[in-house]
Amino acid sequence: MPGAQERVLRRRIASVQNTKKITRAMELIAATRVVKAQVRANEARPYSERITEVIQDLAAAGADADHPLLRPIEKVQKVGVLVLSGDRGLAGAYNTNVIRAAEQEIQDARSKGLDYSLVTVGRKAEGYFRFRNFDIDASFSGFTDRPTYEEAVAIAARVTDMFVNGGCDRIDLAYTRFVTLGTQEVVVRRFLPLESEETIASAGDASATAGFEFEPSANAVLESLLPRYIESRIYAALLDAAASELANRQRAMKSATDNAQELIIKYTRKMNQVRQEAITTEIMEIISGAEALADDKSGPEDLLLDHLSADPFPNVLDRRTQHSHHETPRT
Amino acid sequence: MPLLVELVSPERVAYTGEAKMVICRTTTGDIAFLPGHVPFIGVLATHPVRVLLEDGGEQIIAVHQGFVEVSPPEDGTTRVTILSDVCELSETIEVARAQQAKSAAESALASDSEDVEAAAALRRANVRLSVANA
Repeated sequence: MPGAQERVLRRRIASVQNTKKITRAMELIAATRVVKAQVRANEARPYSERITEVIQDLAAAGADADHPLLRPIEKVQKVGVLVLSGDRGLAGAYNTNVIRAAEQEIQDARSKGLDYSLVTVGRKAEGYFRFRNFDIDASFSGFTDRPTYEEAVAIAARVTDMFVNGGCDRIDLAYTRFVTLGTQEVVVRRFLPLESEETIASAGDASATAGFEFEPSANAVLESLLPRYIESRIYAALLDAAASELANRQRAMKSATDNAQELIIKYTRKMNQVRQEAITTEIMEIISGAEALADDKSGPEDLLLDHLSADPFPNVLDRRTQHSHHETPRT
Repeated sequence: MPLLVELVSPERVAYTGEAKMVICRTTTGDIAFLPGHVPFIGVLATHPVRVLLEDGGEQIIAVHQGFVEVSPPEDGTTRVTILSDVCELSETIEVARAQQAKSAAESALASDSEDVEAAAALRRANVRLSVANA
């Protein structure tokens, strides 16, 4: 039946158009959110900068705490992995990349015969590792596109506990670093033990040399400062991951919209072509039907046949007379 | 030559301004900073911080633990930085919520006087209320 294929195509175009509207809306939402996430990351920067400054000042003042968080690595038997993924998909390769980096880290530890502990942030990582029967020590989710400091505190408490009491000798953090709107990279960093305060200090410019007064004492300040430092680092990583997730989603949705547009063009062309073909076929059917009729009557005087069989002579004659008519005034 | 006061919470810089004097409570006792104070780092208790402004006004801020750092003077200005997980200006405190938290903590303490968390919650609620009412 002619038109059936056309109708199927028309329906498909309508459906792609709907999908395009949805992906376009998601793209716009992600675009505004990524800006907000960047603002939040910038607003959070002063705190971690100041905390690092205080640690620098403490180092300059010669504070030296025998804190468990500063305990150097002697022999690694158990590795902790903290992975920051997203709660939701449709963000391109964002979740896959960071999860794969974390899995690689665990496989490395396993191949060396080490034990591992896994802490996941975000539903995607939790689902992935649970499905593959990894042991998950703790998982946090429901806030990855808008993390708050309280969540960072909760994660920090869990991770610190794993390191201090849970037998982990090293804790690695896998997350997606937000470089620019166009580039984000998955990084796996050593998170605990912390570098000694001298190394933290030398990372910044250690210009502070003035004699500080401490209350209650330099070591006591350092001891209560280190947990805050860990929290602020996790918070910074969460904010970076959130911005990366949104930037990835924006990009993924943009290309989905572009692809939908391309499909629409392709299907429209196909539909037009099919329609043309249907029309041509219909004409052919009429002609051949008429011819069949003419054959039945078998008379050359048949009107329809006269019209359809292209007899050029009357036309040519017409044109000739017109020609001569035009030319006569000139000659 | 005023003091430059900065109140930094993990989520943003909550307050910046110039002041004549800053009074806060560290774990070992109250301390006030005037311009030209020696460099100082202290651990703060849960207590309101009072910032005496240049124009004679006063800004009171609820600070629930954290740190205070007085940086070495640069170009004659002394910078006081307060780092705290929770620091609230009096305008942003919800009195009703603080009241509720206070009564909840009090009833928890009444049933179990050893409850450390409830005691801390009560202390925080009291600080909030005193800042809001100041």
